[in-house]
Amino acid sequence: MQPMTTEQIRVLIARGKLKDTIFQAIGIICLAVGLLVIFLLVSDMLMRGLDRLNLAFFTEFASRRASQSGILSAWVGTVLVMFVTALAAVPLGVAAGIYLEEYAKRNWITDIIEINITNLAAVPSIVYGLLSLGIFVYAFGFGQSILSAGLTLALLILPIVIVSTREAIRAIPAMIREGSMAVGATRWQTCRYHIIPYAMPGILTGVIIGLARAIGETAPIITIGALTFIAFLPPVPFSATGVEGVSAGLFDWVMSPFTVMPIQIFNWTSRPDPAFEVNAAAAGFVLMGMVLSMNAIAIYLRYRMRKNIKW
Amino acid sequence: MFKYSKLVSTMAVAGVALFGAQVAQAQIIKIDGSSTVYPITEAVAEDFQKAKKNAVKVTVGISGTGGGFKKFCRDETDISDASRPITTKEMADCKAAGVEYIEMPVAYDALTVVINPKNVFLKQATVEEMKTLWEPAAQGKITKWNQVNPAWPDAPVKLFGAGADSGTFEYFTEAMVGKAKSSRGDYTASEDDNVLVQGVSRDVNAIGYFGYAYYAENTARLKALPIVNPKTGKAVEPSAANVENGSYAPLSRPIFIYVKAKSLEKPEVREFVEFYMKNADKLVREVKYVPLPKAAYEGNVKHAKSKKIGTVFGGHNEIGVTVEDILKREAKM
Repeated sequence: MQPMTTEQIRVLIARGKLKDTIFQAIGIICLAVGLLVIFLLVSDMLMRGLDRLNLAFFTEFASRRASQSGILSAWVGTVLVMFVTALAAVPLGVAAGIYLEEYAKRNWITDIIEINITNLAAVPSIVYGLLSLGIFVYAFGFGQSILSAGLTLALLILPIVIVSTREAIRAIPAMIREGSMAVGATRWQTCRYHIIPYAMPGILTGVIIGLARAIGETAPIITIGALTFIAFLPPVPFSATGVEGVSAGLFDWVMSPFTVMPIQIFNWTSRPDPAFEVNAAAAGFVLMGMVLSMNAIAIYLRYRMRKNIKW
Repeated sequence: MFKYSKLVSTMAVAGVALFGAQVAQAQIIKIDGSSTVYPITEAVAEDFQKAKKNAVKVTVGISGTGGGFKKFCRDETDISDASRPITTKEMADCKAAGVEYIEMPVAYDALTVVINPKNVFLKQATVEEMKTLWEPAAQGKITKWNQVNPAWPDAPVKLFGAGADSGTFEYFTEAMVGKAKSSRGDYTASEDDNVLVQGVSRDVNAIGYFGYAYYAENTARLKALPIVNPKTGKAVEPSAANVENGSYAPLSRPIFIYVKAKSLEKPEVREFVEFYMKNADKLVREVKYVPLPKAAYEGNVKHAKSKKIGTVFGGHNEIGVTVEDILKREAKM
């Protein structure tokens, strides 16, 4: 083969650069399409729902009159269900992830568990709803309550939390672990002082992604029996119940019937009176806002925690 | 920094939340069932709670008539909304669980056949024409309007109708085709009536059917098709007046609530039912359904007091039944 002339090399480089530029352009277009869609969606909802986005919208219960209808029971229900979901899914998921990464022996049982967790992430959400209807609602007797809904969604996002915990732990360099062991730390001490803190930003990201998925879920919540019309809030701990001398217990609210944002939105879009579509758009915008602010919190926490990691 | 001690404490809290929960749900009236009856019950529930200054709590769910009866016969709800009478199977389920109920018609719903407002050739239709158009044998064959009636143009037919799980579908097929749930399958089916409203409003050759309320809220985009009453031979368009005087047949149907007899012993449920019947006329009109004659609501209250337990339908749906008829009959479990 003849050596290339400078001219040929220049052509070759130019060709390579052109391909670079083309790929970059395609990448930017793809990104722009995604961003544009979400921008159009959000701005469309905002424009159609703007009329209803006032304080009363958040402090009023749903009503048959579109203009007096609010999302009080829906947003309170969503926040409480998410709270229960996080309380149940985070400890379980993080512990399972740590166990699988740090403690479990590499054998076929672990392999099977691993495959199953990955598969669980792909199970349609309605299946979790049916499972929970049998277990939580009837077998455990939790009924159609916030507790049942929270645990259902916890099951749903558990695989996401476990997988992201494991990914985060794997990203920690082996030398940290070895160093800790070398100075005499036990396995638990290594986990406690090194693995968990260093993995926390990654774990948190997984948790938020999971919660962001759970917040929009409708199918499993309907299956376990969330309500459509509910014009009262779960009991505040220690508040009066209406019965003489009896105040609500600390955890009475978890057994309360409830509704959530996606159900409220769905109900509004399927009503005969087109005025409710404005409400649905406004509620959709609020739900988007909830998801975005959850993501913002995650990013902020991740940033703060990363700053404290000094390797 | 996030320490494991925080993890432990959250776990502890979760544990208490799981096992330490005590139920204190006094005075909740639980209602579930049909999406067709839902707007009426919701309106009543809203006003009732306001009237009682929130001392009594009411929840209303939408599980469909069948789903509602499942919960009702499992003794989970106090009242079940139903867009059709209880079936033989549901009666057996309720009996097995020892759930006794009182059947109360609360309003008329007029199933409305709608066409595009720009459609000029359709002035009326007979039950036979609707049958030709919707029966299972029409599938893939009846695709042009002139195949149904030679006077109509050689234009494609676009069909929109209720999904196969809805009570609307059941009633429409029984009234038009002659057999419940017997319909051609090649049409745009949706459980969401707004999808049907949009479909029909966008296509000049479209025809569809759904509950009257969806037509009444969208009169600017839709035209109701008068249906010939087989008994009088006159084409009648759906309207409150025509439903009330009984001339809009066979597509008008009564819709019901089923109240558990045991729940009626609770003062708040009894009050709720009385409130329901007292305000039904006003509220039913407000949500665009057709109210029953006054005597029917009074009859319901009487039946609640005298505990007229059971259904008067014997487990079967009926076409063209009047409320006066229903109230006179003997009820059976």
